[in-house]
Amino acid sequence: MTQSVVVQVGQCGNQIGCCFWDLALREHAAVNKKGIYDEAISSFFRNVDTRVVGDGGNISKGKICSLKARAVLIDMEEGVVNEILQGPLRDVFDRTGSGLGTFLLKVLKDEFPEVYRFVTSIYPSGEDDVITSPYNSILAMKELNEHADCVLPIDNQSLFDIISKIDLMMNSGKLGAAIKPKSLVTSSTGVFKKRQEKPFDAMNNIVANLLLNLTSSARFEGSLNMDLNEIIMNLVPFPQLHYLVSSLTPLYTLADVNIPPRRLDQMFSDAFSKDHQLIRADPKHSLYLACALMVRGNVQISDLRRNIERLKPSLQFVSWNQEGWKTSLCSVPPVGHSHSLLALANNTCVKPTFIDLRERFIRLYKKKAHLHHYLQIEGMEESCFTEAVSSLSALIQEYNQLDATKSMPVEDLPRLNIAM
Amino acid sequence: MSIVTVQLGQCGNQIGFEVFDALFNDSHCPGGLCSKRENEAYQASCKERFFSEEENGVPVARAVLVDMERKVISQTLSKAARSGRWKYGQHSCFCQKQGSGNNWAYGYSVHGPRHKESIMNLIQKEVEKCDSLSGFFIIMSMAGGTGSGLGAFVTQNLQDQYSSALKMNHIIWPYGTGEVIVQNYNSILTLSHLYRSSDALLVHENDAVHKICAKLMNIKQISFCDINQVLAHQLGSVFQPTYSREGSFHYRRNPLGDLMENLVPHPEFKMLGVRNIPQMSENSLAYSTFTWAGLLKHLRQMLISNAKMEEGIDWQVRPPLSGLPPLGKMSVNKETHFNTSIANLVILRGKDVHSADVGAFKDPALYTSWLEPVHAFNVWKTQRAFRKYEKSAALVSNSQSLVKPLDMIVGKAWNMFASRAYLHQYTKFGIEEEDFLDSFTLLEQVIASYCNL
Repeated sequence: MTQSVVVQVGQCGNQIGCCFWDLALREHAAVNKKGIYDEAISSFFRNVDTRVVGDGGNISKGKICSLKARAVLIDMEEGVVNEILQGPLRDVFDRTGSGLGTFLLKVLKDEFPEVYRFVTSIYPSGEDDVITSPYNSILAMKELNEHADCVLPIDNQSLFDIISKIDLMMNSGKLGAAIKPKSLVTSSTGVFKKRQEKPFDAMNNIVANLLLNLTSSARFEGSLNMDLNEIIMNLVPFPQLHYLVSSLTPLYTLADVNIPPRRLDQMFSDAFSKDHQLIRADPKHSLYLACALMVRGNVQISDLRRNIERLKPSLQFVSWNQEGWKTSLCSVPPVGHSHSLLALANNTCVKPTFIDLRERFIRLYKKKAHLHHYLQIEGMEESCFTEAVSSLSALIQEYNQLDATKSMPVEDLPRLNIAM
Repeated sequence: MSIVTVQLGQCGNQIGFEVFDALFNDSHCPGGLCSKRENEAYQASCKERFFSEEENGVPVARAVLVDMERKVISQTLSKAARSGRWKYGQHSCFCQKQGSGNNWAYGYSVHGPRHKESIMNLIQKEVEKCDSLSGFFIIMSMAGGTGSGLGAFVTQNLQDQYSSALKMNHIIWPYGTGEVIVQNYNSILTLSHLYRSSDALLVHENDAVHKICAKLMNIKQISFCDINQVLAHQLGSVFQPTYSREGSFHYRRNPLGDLMENLVPHPEFKMLGVRNIPQMSENSLAYSTFTWAGLLKHLRQMLISNAKMEEGIDWQVRPPLSGLPPLGKMSVNKETHFNTSIANLVILRGKDVHSADVGAFKDPALYTSWLEPVHAFNVWKTQRAFRKYEKSAALVSNSQSLVKPLDMIVGKAWNMFASRAYLHQYTKFGIEEEDFLDSFTLLEQVIASYCNL
């Protein structure tokens, strides 16, 4: 299976990264009882004999000696990687993440053109303390448009809402005792090196789980495998339209081991509800270009098909992709769960996020507020800004055109005529 | 004569395992309702076709396993080894690490040329183990990237390198909804290429087999393993040995050659389907008895009404009156249409098989007019029962039954093609719009030909 390199940039990127590596170890430990360095674990970790200096220390098989994450940690400040600062500066769109992170995209594209670049980007929420975040966002979007193969936008407000919802369920007393602590998508119970709990841990764990589920079918066995390159192949119909809205369900599992089909079906229904999306979006009321369902655990093809048939009528797919479903079945569930579902939607419901971004940019740019900070950096000119905003406008226009086709009747096009 | 199986991609390898397992288990089934000598002859014939002998007496499947990533092949090898009864050759596999990404173009244009030598060498080694080669059986899906793209490439190379050996491709037709988004593109590219380089396309539709699992086998939570096992059962009932002639007790030597001769009289018509009766869970089997008359009556009606299983058959559909041409040409949109055949092969296994009357299948009304029924219909028999079925019948047909599914796939692919969606993923690896158009043209031709029977 494929190996992936995780690049963590800036405070936000590194904080999420820390959560991710904790959970990845927990997941592999749950499956890999014998401590053998297997194919699954090699997708994210190297096996190194720490007594040997330099490259000679890499061990490709046998017992696990010392695992090293296939990761690159980047930041412009020393302290961030080791200790986490309190504060509101946690977006990828702060000085380091958005600028350096997206610059890296271009470098990776030039150096390794054949390797797919997946980006999870944290988009700024409405209430944002970083005044210049709209500038950062727009400039970063241009790079994401041009150099990323696939972007999974996430916003803090949605993560926060999801946490609140979980807390509410737990404290309502209705389900309290029946929820297994490890089964919370937000929990890091059972990880090896217990770091001090940080304020954004619960939210970061959600993102970390997203990444684990995304790669589960590439790492573990299943009756219908799906690798990362298949995600891009099936979910990106046109190169510019590569933004995928994601949702994770269930957010917790109840202690009850036997899952009646109704509960399983509930998991599928939830995946399409706007409360479970990781950005503010309502895919059900917008247009689908394509949808992927990545299932983990004891779920079979008949369960998957039954639910697709059931949910299809309430969803709108673009005329040329009426059966736009990509599915995978991975046998290994996430830690603490018996089954889980990650839905990735290429859907026009991302449009409002982009429109919002553009609006906030224009408000700031109109007054040229804070612009001089950027322009005094060598290489930055006003044209960078105008190009960036027109790139975003072009993208929004693409989505508009698709939305316009929404209520049109679907007709079959005339076929080739063969003379007999 | 032996058959070399090539298993491609996740689907091909998962199915391949179930097929060899079914073949092996059936040939070692105790009893079989015949004499010990008969059983031994059956076993020996099955072995010659599908297994070679390893040093310590464990039969080795005559197969080459190919996949562009490791997980499935590892699983397949270990499942076979775990059974302790048969296994795959240690060096019969070819794996890579990165997969084909559901991209036909990547499987065909990148993996194909890159790994051609290694894969063809493996196949050559397997061929050399055969005393005499009947041909190749290539198992692949249409929807993915490896089975479909690399499968098409390998088949073409088999045609070039082994021009006198026969090739039958076993193709898995994906579910109408919910497998792979670009499945229709991958399917039309696969079918059009195979039509040029393969000798026969034996098709299994996931939707049809799924229904069999649900309605006949009563499986609640159907998995791909269940589907593959039903499929393997159907293939086993076709490929296990049968007598070479009426009255003879010697098993026929060249199954692929005989299949082609009986079923593919014209290269324009290569699409074959399988039906099998009875099909049920083993628990129900103990409580059921069948007569040949009953089984054959149902099988015939399944054929002419285009039913894929013995439940829900439309008994209203009738062949046109003998001697007269069918009422009107087939239109793909007509609901209950009479399914015209080019050729049919009925395979009967079990008790009193020689008393089974297949006369109803010789009715000229079932067939298109350009072949005499005596050439269009054949029957193979053995009194050795298949697995636990006291009597079982299989029907392999070259008929109009795949026209509707084919038409649907072409239609959906065409709609998507008109919008140009996903094309950049294919052009990136050298499959251009013209290649798509060529495929569409060829397949519309096939649809038209079958409709005009």
